[in-house]
Amino acid sequence: MRFAVPVFPGSNCDQDCAKAVREVLERPADLVWYTEDSLDNYDAIILPGGFSYGDYLRTGALARFSPVMEAVAEAAEKGKLVLGICNGFQVLLEAGLLPGAMRVNDHLQFRCSIQTLQVENNSLPFTACYKQGEIIRLPIAHGEGNYYCDDQTLQELEDRGQIAFRYHGENPNGSVAGIAGIVNRRGNVLGLMPHPERAIHDWMGSRDGARLFRSMLQYWEGMYGAA
Amino acid sequence: MPTMKSGPVWEGKTVYKATITVRLKESVLDPQGSAVQGSLHSLGYEEVRQVRIGKTMEVWLETADFQEASDRVDAMCRKLLANPVIEDYEFRLEKGA
Repeated sequence: MRFAVPVFPGSNCDQDCAKAVREVLERPADLVWYTEDSLDNYDAIILPGGFSYGDYLRTGALARFSPVMEAVAEAAEKGKLVLGICNGFQVLLEAGLLPGAMRVNDHLQFRCSIQTLQVENNSLPFTACYKQGEIIRLPIAHGEGNYYCDDQTLQELEDRGQIAFRYHGENPNGSVAGIAGIVNRRGNVLGLMPHPERAIHDWMGSRDGARLFRSMLQYWEGMYGAA
Repeated sequence: MPTMKSGPVWEGKTVYKATITVRLKESVLDPQGSAVQGSLHSLGYEEVRQVRIGKTMEVWLETADFQEASDRVDAMCRKLLANPVIEDYEFRLEKGA
């Protein structure tokens, strides 16, 4: 299973994402520059955190129009796994690959802390290695993680099991229904604000993020065999 | 006004300036507006009932006529300048400038 990590001008978590794949899964991960227009050689894509295009206009709004995003949309269409972390989540929203939009945190502060989350649906390709309802700890670091969608969309997300993670206890940004991460209808595109790639070793304060990557590998091997 | 780059000027084309305002929809809570409202209150402006913060963009474009300019700016707003999920936009179009 080969991973691509697209790098936009202003991305800053790309190396961490690639290292997480290499260290947790022992699988190859390539950094791919945003001008690349094909991701055919890859089985999964991780859109990293950071400040693509300096967050100009709106977070993720400009990255969405870079050539690599057409390839990401194509990969998602083919059913490949696409994971967007933090700014990557914001890009997926702007690209319309996930429903809703991101707003500034309700308290207006940039929040950098380890957050408690609840696994809301463990039957997804990204969450199968967690227990249903499990409480996990992942770090967050964002100023705009205040997820918004209208009531009808929220109802659909709830009904279809598209909410992957919710903040447990304190909601650090004011997001609708405490949402921390959602998937698309098909379940192959996940966007989340917390950083699983920053929680893969005990010395990082938590290694609960490792199982998100393991779930992806397990899903892929279940589909295509161990290659 | 910033100096405009001199580009090719086609016969019969006119320069229009669009002043676009983008702000959060009424139904979407505006945390920045609420914070500024709080500050205005503490300054003694207790009459302030609501503050909404938005952004202004100025776009110069060269089109055949007013209608085309208007249609093009509207499309730009829908596709990029505003996020229709959370934002509303409006714009004013003037000739020349």
